[in-house]
Amino acid sequence: MAKIESSFKNMLLVLCIISVVAAVALAAVYGFTKAPIEQSRMQKQQDAIKMVLPPFDKIEEEKIPVDQESTESVFYKEMGADSITLFHAFKDGKEVGIAVETFTNKGFSGKITLMAGFTVEGNIHKVQVLTHAETPGLGTKMAESPFKDQFEGKDPQSYKLSVSKDGGDVDAITAATISSRAYCDAMQTAYKVAFKNKDTH
Amino acid sequence: MNQLQNFTKGLIKENPVFVLLLGMCPTLGVTTSAINGLGMGLATLCVLCLSNIIISLIKSIIPDKVRIPAFIVVIASLVTIVQMFMEAFVPSLYESLGLFIPLIVVNCIILGRAEAFASKNNIFSSFIDGLGMGLGFTLALTILGAIRELLGAYSIFGLKLIQTDGIIVFVLAPGAFLALGFIIAFINSIKKTA
Repeated sequence: MAKIESSFKNMLLVLCIISVVAAVALAAVYGFTKAPIEQSRMQKQQDAIKMVLPPFDKIEEEKIPVDQESTESVFYKEMGADSITLFHAFKDGKEVGIAVETFTNKGFSGKITLMAGFTVEGNIHKVQVLTHAETPGLGTKMAESPFKDQFEGKDPQSYKLSVSKDGGDVDAITAATISSRAYCDAMQTAYKVAFKNKDTH
Repeated sequence: MNQLQNFTKGLIKENPVFVLLLGMCPTLGVTTSAINGLGMGLATLCVLCLSNIIISLIKSIIPDKVRIPAFIVVIASLVTIVQMFMEAFVPSLYESLGLFIPLIVVNCIILGRAEAFASKNNIFSSFIDGLGMGLGFTLALTILGAIRELLGAYSIFGLKLIQTDGIIVFVLAPGAFLALGFIIAFINSIKKTA
């Protein structure tokens, strides 16, 4: 078959047809994958909550709008969240813990998202790294022992959430001080959001 | 050229990474571990086969002067489709490859094969060419990823061999250049003696 001549009309027509077909194909695939994508995101969040909290049988979500005048809500808004969600966990009708998603943009390669779990008394229970882009082999150790274990059971009221280089109580990861700092920063935010009535350092 | 030659040329003789040196950005960027290299290679393989088929199919209706924009629209759509499928069904791989999936659009090897092969050959040859080139790319990325993971973290496909920190430079960008350089030197020396 001979090539179509490169006249203005032909070029316009062909590009339009290709674009329309591509758009229709994309729309179809988007519609098809929308539900599974949503589900896998939800699943990931649920798994993270389960991981960071003591055993529970019920979760209640509390949405705090971000229009308040606190620095944390301003920060959440900047990070594109429309509300701060606190996950209150209950066992046998008694509250056992609070989980909250927290961010920092001070990571070595930008944004880090954590799921932080606290006991009702305000101690850190466990923390799970959700997303990050830190250097493999260095900053990525923040998701591994022993770094992440040192936070468990600590009360941020008495345990200073910053690296020892900055006068805090956290042992930074060797050669990844920036990632360690960012992690502490996110934890501070989480604590302030979850227990905003308590005083922090 | 028969179909077998057509298929095998992408694997070794015209290997996209080690011989043609095309698509260096994802090659250097994602190969921090063998599994990442494999995942990226397979995603590229998918896009490459599909784009070769589609472009070969529509080559006669594309006027010469707008062939590049037409190819790019086809490739970009395919990449987005692959990306959405990956996010839906293999979320963990999607996360570790992250930014590099959309970058398949600008991977030279795909546009290169569209321009150099698919726009001149029939559908079946184009598919075989895409398959061969894609497998060659996957192979190269997996080898590079395995070497970097082995040296950088003392593990292979996530399986830790020695419980200690590796030579960290190999998981960082300079290690990618070093490892790639040595592999290419090795392949060139084989080709010379052969």
